[in-house]
Amino acid sequence: MMKLYDYILSPSCYKVRLMAALTGVTLDLRAVDFHPGLEHRGPELLALNPAGSIPILADGDLLLTESSAMLVHLAAEAAPDWLAGDTPREAARIQQWLSFSGRLTGSLGGARLHEMLLRPGDIGALQAQGIAALRELELGLVEQGERGQRFLAADRPTVADIACFPYVALAPDGGVPLDPYPAIRLWSRRLRSLPGFIEMPGIHRLHDLKPEPQYEASEG
Amino acid sequence: MTAGSIGAMLDEWYPVGIFAQLGPAGRKTRLMGEPIEVAADGNGGASVTDSTGRALPVRVRYGHVWTSLGAPKKELFAIPEADQPGRRFVDVGVVRVRCSPLRAVENFLDIAHFPFVHTDILGAEPHTEVQAYKVEIREDVDEVWATQVEFYQPQAAKSASGGITTQYMYRVAAPTSTVLYKTCPPRPSEWDVITLFVQPLDEDLCDVWPWMALFDDDTPMTDLIHFQQTIFLQDRSILENQVPRLLPLDPGMEMPTRADLTSVAYRRWLKRHNYTYGAQLVAQ
Repeated sequence: MMKLYDYILSPSCYKVRLMAALTGVTLDLRAVDFHPGLEHRGPELLALNPAGSIPILADGDLLLTESSAMLVHLAAEAAPDWLAGDTPREAARIQQWLSFSGRLTGSLGGARLHEMLLRPGDIGALQAQGIAALRELELGLVEQGERGQRFLAADRPTVADIACFPYVALAPDGGVPLDPYPAIRLWSRRLRSLPGFIEMPGIHRLHDLKPEPQYEASEG
Repeated sequence: MTAGSIGAMLDEWYPVGIFAQLGPAGRKTRLMGEPIEVAADGNGGASVTDSTGRALPVRVRYGHVWTSLGAPKKELFAIPEADQPGRRFVDVGVVRVRCSPLRAVENFLDIAHFPFVHTDILGAEPHTEVQAYKVEIREDVDEVWATQVEFYQPQAAKSASGGITTQYMYRVAAPTSTVLYKTCPPRPSEWDVITLFVQPLDEDLCDVWPWMALFDDDTPMTDLIHFQQTIFLQDRSILENQVPRLLPLDPGMEMPTRADLTSVAYRRWLKRHNYTYGAQLVAQ
């Protein structure tokens, strides 16, 4: 079984948990005391990942420390539909958004760590870079809509969507509201209603998608 | 917005850091707008100074450093369970929330939100009803208490396997410190203790320091921390969206229901003592 060094509040770790849940893969989760214990900077985890970041995914002799690579690995193993396939353009778009997701981590993720867990950073600059990235994503989704495609790189969800979704959905945690981005909000809703979707703190379940409460059914 | 002043909250105790994480270099932070510095004092204790270098009163208790900008008339509130052998003490870690410190406490006292915010952990639909419970302001200790609270919970604690009906007692021990006593799944004769210690930075910004004293010999410490962080981070996004930002002490347009008895008592108690830092005094 693949082993994920995981932190429940980390959007990057959540990408991997979400991808696994959506593709039916069970992970062996090893909780890392990122906050307040800073365990990711301790000797055991630095030996696995000198960069001192989480998540870390171990699958036999394969050790991955980049979340986009983990998404690709999970998809390749369990759900090739989530990878590039249909056209060269689609494959390029997936790569574009996978790389782009690093900008979300650096900006919105940094703002969130600053505003929530008191990590150092220039909050004004982080938020401004985050807003610039959100505007780019909004535009990308609008253009996809004009091509008749509901997700970032195709008309089906791909690893690109999962790479970008968590830091975007959690932008308000870092003081960046999502109200100005209707295409992003619809896209978020589409992702949250996928079968097998799991939430994390700050990303709430869509209550209106749950089955009707039983008492209403029996009274009807 | 009509804001309260520090008023009577000046002489109260507030958490300002996890003791185990303090170094001699000190930690710069803020208490009700006032810059302060918290440091290890080299003798196994802690020191807190304000911006003029004045030494503030200090207590090291419940895993945290406590201080006051004024002259506390009362000793820091007691949690006798903190001295009980066999408990594990959990420093959950600071979380900053852009909300009134009083709202952070009030949300902690609310039971009705469990099925909607902490879905499948502390509550689940359709088990949404809040049964009748008792609330009082205990004059002898000057604290707000809610007792005989019961709620059905799918996963009440890390040590709980499966759904149980959980008993609760809530206690407001200081304007921004609240203690929750809750059914302890591995030891039914005892209560688990879960606290929310809130450091007011500004009237609409606070650092929250959850702390726990549990009977649970099996769950790894990191899992205990993450369970509580999960719960609190689910609250955070709700707290940051509450309107108005300050806690209203004038009933105004609000219509409390039976489930809100604890909140009503807390607000009444705040008003009575002029604990108004973070409060909205006149309905807008």
